Amino acid sequence: MKPPRFDYLAPRSIDEALGILAQHGEDAKVLAGGQSLVPLLNFRLVRPAHLVDLNDVDGLAGIRFDDGHLAIGAMTRQRAVEGSSLVRERCPLLAEAMPQIGHVQIRNRGTIGGSLAHADPAAELPAVVAALGGELVLRSARGERVLTPERYFVAYLTTAAEPDELLVEARVPVTPPRTGSAFLEVSRRHGDFALVGVATMVTVDEAGVCTACALALTGVGPTPVVARDAVRGLIGARPTPAAFEDAGRRVAERLHPDSDLHASSEYRAHLAAVLTSRSLARATERAVKSDGR
Amino acid sequence: MIERTIHVTVNGRRVEKTVEVRKTLADFLRDDLDLTGTHLGCEHGVCGACTVIVDGAAVRSCLLFAAQMDGHEIETVESLAHGETLDPLQAAFHEHHGLQCGFCTPGFLMTLTCFLRECPNPSEAQIREAISGNLCRCTGYRNIVAATLAAARTRGASARS
Amino acid sequence: MPAIGRSVRRLEDRRLLTGRGKYAADFRLPGMLYGAVLRSPHAHARLGEIRSKAALALPGVVAVVTFDDLGDVGRIPTRLGHQAGNVVCLQRPLASDKVRYVGEPVAFVVAESRYLAEDALDAMEVDYDPLPAVADARRSVESGAPVLHDAVAGNVATTLHTQKGDALAAMAGAHIRVREHLAVQRHTGVPIETRGLTAAFDAGTGMLRLWGVAKIPHFNRRVLADLLGHPEHLIQFTELEVGGGFGVRGEFYPEDFLVPWTARRLGRPVQWIEDRREHFTATNHSRQQYHDVEIGFDREGRIVALVDHFMVDLGGYIRTHGVVVPELTAALLPGPYRIPHYTAEIRCVLTNKTPTGTYRGPGRYEGTFVRERLMDIAAQRLGVDPLELRRRNFIRPDEMPYEVGGGALAQRTVYDCGDYASALDHALTALGYDAARREQDDARRQGRFVGIGIGFLVEKAGLGPWEYARVEVDATGHVVVYSGVASVGQGIETTLAQVVADELNVAPERITVVHGDSARVPFGVGGFASRGASVALPAALEAARKVRAKILRVASSLLEAAADDLVLADGAVHVRGVPDRKVTFRELARAAVPGPPDMEPGLYAAHFFEAPMMTYPYGCHAAIVEVDAGTGQVKILKYALAYDIGKAVNPMIVEGQLVGALAQGIGGALLEELVYDEQGQLLTTTLMDYLLPSVMEMPESVEVRILEETPTPLNPLGVKGTGEGGSSGCGATIANAVADALAPLGVTITALPLSPDRLHRLIEEHRLHARDQGPGH
Repeated sequence: MKPPRFDYLAPRSIDEALGILAQHGEDAKVLAGGQSLVPLLNFRLVRPAHLVDLNDVDGLAGIRFDDGHLAIGAMTRQRAVEGSSLVRERCPLLAEAMPQIGHVQIRNRGTIGGSLAHADPAAELPAVVAALGGELVLRSARGERVLTPERYFVAYLTTAAEPDELLVEARVPVTPPRTGSAFLEVSRRHGDFALVGVATMVTVDEAGVCTACALALTGVGPTPVVARDAVRGLIGARPTPAAFEDAGRRVAERLHPDSDLHASSEYRAHLAAVLTSRSLARATERAVKSDGR
Repeated sequence: MIERTIHVTVNGRRVEKTVEVRKTLADFLRDDLDLTGTHLGCEHGVCGACTVIVDGAAVRSCLLFAAQMDGHEIETVESLAHGETLDPLQAAFHEHHGLQCGFCTPGFLMTLTCFLRECPNPSEAQIREAISGNLCRCTGYRNIVAATLAAARTRGASARS
Repeated sequence: MPAIGRSVRRLEDRRLLTGRGKYAADFRLPGMLYGAVLRSPHAHARLGEIRSKAALALPGVVAVVTFDDLGDVGRIPTRLGHQAGNVVCLQRPLASDKVRYVGEPVAFVVAESRYLAEDALDAMEVDYDPLPAVADARRSVESGAPVLHDAVAGNVATTLHTQKGDALAAMAGAHIRVREHLAVQRHTGVPIETRGLTAAFDAGTGMLRLWGVAKIPHFNRRVLADLLGHPEHLIQFTELEVGGGFGVRGEFYPEDFLVPWTARRLGRPVQWIEDRREHFTATNHSRQQYHDVEIGFDREGRIVALVDHFMVDLGGYIRTHGVVVPELTAALLPGPYRIPHYTAEIRCVLTNKTPTGTYRGPGRYEGTFVRERLMDIAAQRLGVDPLELRRRNFIRPDEMPYEVGGGALAQRTVYDCGDYASALDHALTALGYDAARREQDDARRQGRFVGIGIGFLVEKAGLGPWEYARVEVDATGHVVVYSGVASVGQGIETTLAQVVADELNVAPERITVVHGDSARVPFGVGGFASRGASVALPAALEAARKVRAKILRVASSLLEAAADDLVLADGAVHVRGVPDRKVTFRELARAAVPGPPDMEPGLYAAHFFEAPMMTYPYGCHAAIVEVDAGTGQVKILKYALAYDIGKAVNPMIVEGQLVGALAQGIGGALLEELVYDEQGQLLTTTLMDYLLPSVMEMPESVEVRILEETPTPLNPLGVKGTGEGGSSGCGATIANAVADALAPLGVTITALPLSPDRLHRLIEEHRLHARDQGPGH
């Protein structure tokens, strides 16, 4: 399984990279961590004329705390995010999801931006960013634009990025006080893509009443699914197991997942209900314990 | 470019080679440098048999191109033993029957070498997590975990002495 | 201290740990070319024109070989499981007019690198005229199904029958009859090293050399000689390191003809290394069987009859294993139980899928699942404890040797020895059975689904017909063992050394073992069917005894002492009590040529150990599992197995084999499946789709008990063979445990694998069924 011929370019700056993309656009593929792209090349499932390696580009990696947000450079290694105390303190949902992405060797090379840009329907990061209400920053020679996850994740393995655009940064809000989060997934083996995964944030007030709830799922559609209607009923009340299960049912009702080799449509919908209920319970428990810090 | 001249340090030795850009790091090590200890089991990043250490991190060499390695440092299984003396991890694998056909073994050794540097006193659960990305079809993994625990103890003992 | 029975650390390890072991892909020759196989993308199609002009025009592409180039090439013959009528279903090295499975070789391309060879594959053009395909054996036997081989109407290549007594009559008279449809999925060995071979031809001497052979190199050399029309003595082979066999590596495949044929044609060395994607369609599949099985009991819960109608899904061709796999299922289906009347009828069915062969415990993983599942289902219907039902029906030690009623591999199935009740007890103790039942009660009160299952298995080992060994002391005093066995990574070098070490009183680490080299080992049967310990070791033992006698004869002559007064120690012989009166192996070896007049010259001897009858190791697996009824996921909390192998030559190696096999067994029970769509397209073509267990899928608690309670009388060591006992019982055991866990929900298990999706569906079906039945269900 050897890759087909391609022309290899290794820009040293973002502008140089954008210039290459402006020139070659559709005929180019961007190489970040390579953990998703290189298998496709080895299978000869993609045959780009040009491979644009971002690994020598300055300024695309790093985690910054910036005005209520964490700004994560697209080329930040997943392992760096996993080990970041800033992420652990400010965004526990992201920290919880990281070890469930593949295995150490994959996270040593895989990048945040690479995973988001690849947009696998069963990947963890797209759902996490969606649940967090994050933003994706795209840049091209023509300028910069910022998209919500709903606008960014368009279809199966497809984002809204134009051929000359590069994802340069993911921004996620820091977790507010009295908020608990949970990331749960069911996969066939440890480290595999999720059959279904759920990312949940629950905020409570001093009386234990739910004031906010965000929930996003992976593995149930071509793009991450953000559940708004289904969780609306939780807000303004003190959460109960029955309410969690009810939310689970509502989430599942609205889903039309595909059947594939790994799981049937009905099973995915069922898992969505079960994991929604369980993750809401766990997130709420953590919110209540979080002490207002 | 379709060829690139790279300067790379492999097992402590500086090497200069010109490579076709699509040649994977695994094939470069095996074919250009005759370091055939790194094995190919799947060429799509799942089995871990091709694991090497690049700049101190365990990675799948089948998912890297040699052309990307200019200026970087690589360690392969051939770097572990000192002449004829097995290093403590290799010795522990031998003592605890941590290998049968041996094909996946270099990948495990490099994964664990990197892991033990970061986590010199691991629990069994941590070891299991660390090797979850390396597949073995022969051993059932139990002796690999036992060997690693033993190696950690030995290294700890020799570090103290 | 004797080496036999000791956990001697392996002689193989050092070179493997340091990355110095050379596997097939590590072997290099100057001027070597690299091959790649063009494979059919269609499951069933007429093969039209193959155009290679564009491929040959690419830089570095040297040749393209198609069927027309091969001339009048024959079909790859069976090695086992022959049935006269099956010749028409055997495969040729390249497709001629038709392709019958996705992945079938259509052309062989050779270039200066594998990269360039794959570029050449991209440029090849082939005309296919697709035909309707059939991917399900149950559909394949229906009228109107596409016919794969014109001479085989209805796609049933063979029907096999086994009969003991009068099962139909006995069943009719049974007090209780339990019938079930049980199925095992298509899965296979998937070693971490894919297949590979290098061939080189010397036009001057006519010598054709092969590197990277495995399993049965002497046999395959003969097949190659016949197919190529090349003298056998002009074909040399050398094994390299082998990255796991599990039954699937080493049989004669199309590539084993194409590589040497091309090397001979081109006059340049050719290497072909299979990649993982093609491995899934090119290397033998296994295990897929559908059973319609019934068991009958008398009032006392004793089995009176067993009737099994089953179907095995062979794939698009019959390969070297013929129909041996279903033969083995039938031969060992009765397992450890006394079954006076038994009938098995088997349909061997062709489908448009990759052909099949053996995979570790072939036929027995399937048969053990069927039988042990049936016993648990029967126990439930009879209202008898599943352990008690088994005990009541075990064949007793005093009934051994025991004629089971069927046969396989050209011999009647006769159990040599066994104490089945004892093995069951050991497994239960190892599991902590009583504590496990209490744990289950607690769990059930908490609403958790915890289950306990056991699976009893009788395996086979020690397949003959013979094995060859030669032991030699060379002129520098070194002991060398030449064995006709093959290595698949199982540690055979170490155990051979142990056996000879004890005989010649030399440390095993000082002994060199040579195998897999036709120039140095003229005869051999090979490494498969758990025969290494039970057939290859006795051959080495007897050869070593002969050499020992020669050593004493020559030493007696040199030292002028009686053989009884001589002691072998540390590579020398001395007179008892007079250590200075000694002569070294080095001196003895030289003195042995021509040596004393009444002795054949040379300090070496060969022995063919004949093994007309197989041995039957046996044991019991036991597991505690928990099922998450919400997600359908299964967690194995604890696994125990007790296995009687007669004698453990190297306990460490034995345990390693059992635990390693267990991992494969768990894969088969929970994770692994080769999935085809209805058009015969294989959907599981990567290691992300075909799920091999990682360490995380293995239970943290595994207890192994190696039993040596019933050494076999069939060889001087008493050894039975271990390789397959760790996996064969696993499908049954985990299925029984999951069924026990979900018993409160009324779910029953009749098929593998137990994927979460499948378990969820079973739970749902029963929940809906119970709801429809109304309250009180």
